Amino acid sequence: MDVQLKILRYNPEKDTEPYFQDFTVKGVSNDWRLLDVLQEIKWQQDGTLTFRYSCAHGICGSDGMKVNGKNRLACSLLLKDINTKKTIVVEPLPSLPIIKDLVVDMTSFFSKYEVVKPYLINATPPPQNGERLQSNEDAEKLFESAKCILCACCTTSCPSTWTNENYLGPAAMLKAYRFVYDTRDDAANERLDILDTPDGIWRCHTIFNCIEACPKEINLTWHFSQLKKRISSREM
Amino acid sequence: MIKTFDVVIVGAGGAGLRAAVEIPKEYSCAVISKVFPPRSHTGTAQGGVCAALGNMEEDSWENHAFDTVKGSDYLGDQDSIDVMCQDAIRAIIELEHMGMPFSRNEKGQIAQRKFGGHTKPADKNDPYTKRVPVMRSCYSADRTGHVMLQTLFENSIKNQVTFFSEYFATDLIVEDGVCKGVVAMDIATSEITVFQAKAVLFATGGYGRVFRITSNAHAGTGDGMALVYRAGLPLEDMEFFQFHPTGLWKLGILVSEAARGEGGILKNKDGERFMERYAPTVKDLAPRDMVSRAIITEIREGRGVKGSDGTDYVYLDLTHLGKEVIDEKLPEITGFARTYLGVEPTTDPIPIQPTAHYAMGGIPTNVDCEVLKNEKGDIVKGLYAAGECACVSVHGGNRLGTNSLLDLVVFGRRGGKAIADFLKDAKFHEISESAADRTRNVIESIMENKGTEKISNLRTELQNNMMELCGIFRNEQDLRRMIEILRDLRERAKNVFLQDKGRVFNTELIGALELHNLLDTAEATVFSAYARQESRGAHTREDFTSRNDAEWMKHSFAFMKDGGVPELKYKPVTITRYQPMERKY
Repeated sequence: MDVQLKILRYNPEKDTEPYFQDFTVKGVSNDWRLLDVLQEIKWQQDGTLTFRYSCAHGICGSDGMKVNGKNRLACSLLLKDINTKKTIVVEPLPSLPIIKDLVVDMTSFFSKYEVVKPYLINATPPPQNGERLQSNEDAEKLFESAKCILCACCTTSCPSTWTNENYLGPAAMLKAYRFVYDTRDDAANERLDILDTPDGIWRCHTIFNCIEACPKEINLTWHFSQLKKRISSREM
Repeated sequence: MIKTFDVVIVGAGGAGLRAAVEIPKEYSCAVISKVFPPRSHTGTAQGGVCAALGNMEEDSWENHAFDTVKGSDYLGDQDSIDVMCQDAIRAIIELEHMGMPFSRNEKGQIAQRKFGGHTKPADKNDPYTKRVPVMRSCYSADRTGHVMLQTLFENSIKNQVTFFSEYFATDLIVEDGVCKGVVAMDIATSEITVFQAKAVLFATGGYGRVFRITSNAHAGTGDGMALVYRAGLPLEDMEFFQFHPTGLWKLGILVSEAARGEGGILKNKDGERFMERYAPTVKDLAPRDMVSRAIITEIREGRGVKGSDGTDYVYLDLTHLGKEVIDEKLPEITGFARTYLGVEPTTDPIPIQPTAHYAMGGIPTNVDCEVLKNEKGDIVKGLYAAGECACVSVHGGNRLGTNSLLDLVVFGRRGGKAIADFLKDAKFHEISESAADRTRNVIESIMENKGTEKISNLRTELQNNMMELCGIFRNEQDLRRMIEILRDLRERAKNVFLQDKGRVFNTELIGALELHNLLDTAEATVFSAYARQESRGAHTREDFTSRNDAEWMKHSFAFMKDGGVPELKYKPVTITRYQPMERKY
């Protein structure tokens, strides 16, 4: 079968503003990934089409983009899950500056990630010859948040991010959860202080876009409700 | 532009980040990576990382070392293997202390499970005759590599490591046996920077993209290996490339050995558990080279299933494990089966075929990650390598599952330590802007080429032919053909045409540079394979079917030469405690 695409193009060396370009790819089948279609265009039709990709199976988080209005990883989206009778509209992730075509500038995304102190903090020296003990139940409480691949699909899908560029956003706050609820970590309060600020977790208005956008099916909003509850119940 | 750092690390996967964390604060350290660090291929590792912690049952690092030696088909250097397996215990505990989230046992310790080739003696008084699978693989569901990479990235942020993300390394500056720095291009602007450094560590990963069916990311194009090779330095044991037995059919996406560690079974089209015939004791948990050969043998003898694309597959059956075990222990890989093949692993077996997975060979180093400039063991001052791009050699002819993640953290740290030692009285070497001339010339010639060849077509031809002619089974005739094809592809690669003439994020240009790297690593692979007239580990010659210890207990060192035919030299294998034995499981 054939598919039609409309892809947002922008080359800062030539264009004053982004525009849509139409492409047709022939001979595809519905088990193709959208990434396969984009690569077919790049490799056989238009070598200038620019997008990031690497692992091609939803682990590295490189190829987040907006497809028919929703943030998706191009490598985790199969044609059978898209209405291919209509033109597929592909755009870069929203709200981040475009570098070229579907490639966005991730600088602000990663700097927000760093704000929440995304590393284990524990002043007590660990046992000399063994691990810090943790029950499997406690360990598994972290697993869903630890699945995050930092693809930015969630953060750039969030209307609160669109209206306030300083908002920490879902990905950074999920990383905060991953350490706040780690029984081995000492710095929950420090991180909760960071979340409990005007550009922090209260800007989450439970819109659920992040959950819809997450390619790893993480229930982000549930994690944020836990953090909100924990902040509210802290002693004054 | 020239930038100056005490240390430059190229590659930000497990080995590069672990090394970066080890560099003392008083030294300046830059990490260059062609992708953002958490996008590195370490993240795709699934099943676990082995260390004889003995958390589930009695075990010892010596057991681990023997398994690794035997798994390597006796090509691994036994002194290096001892270093790795002994240090494994400390290394895994250290990762836990760094914050890595592990699955846990009922005592709250790191949980461990079985993995291919990892065994212990059935009878302590007779350690080598009969060995049974042991729970040695430490894991975090089936996302072990992902959480390890995240943890190391987190710790590098804690340590305020300086990253140059989306910088593509184009040249290594080695003069008179001394490393002076590297040249790299900022992908966003095409600006070329000379990184002057007292010490350089390569942690650039593998080159699985040289094959058509591979578990490797598109980034796995052997960049570091090719840079070293072009600098006149050798590549070691490149004929040993591991095919993982269970890649998702057609796509090659990895389905972890953990699936078999948890009890999954391989079946042919008749529903027979065929591994019972190939490895009667450990069955489905035999090492990867043996299982991959077994699968191809089943297919060749007509017991595979013909797929819609004309290729054959066999089944990985998890249905008997039950939904709970599958959802808890193997969520990621069963998700892949659902997403990409539409198969429900709780009720239906998963179609799988072997997939090009891991380079045992690479940049030769000693146990302190110092790069060797020849087969005599002399080193290049100031140049280090660790991880998949390096060859210590701990994996020899065939790597055991989980030992790759272990290699990253053990040798990443050792590389960092060795560099910290070296820096105590190391100096910068004079380097000029002209060090970038070679890179500028290469890029200019690619950009201005008015040729007719498409990069993607050349790459596809290379990948298809490497798969057919230099894959799991090899013979002289096929390898000769591959040598001819390579020669042709090299000529045609001089004649590529780029549509993208811009300087901003020119990924077409990167594709052209990566193609050169793939061709160079393929060259070292094919010629080393052609020369090695025996079958050992992952290198299987149909015309030389047995292992030949009398002539071939040695490592291949391939040196690039003008004219497209590398010079091959050999270095003896280091044997300490374990004399070669027949390899039965």
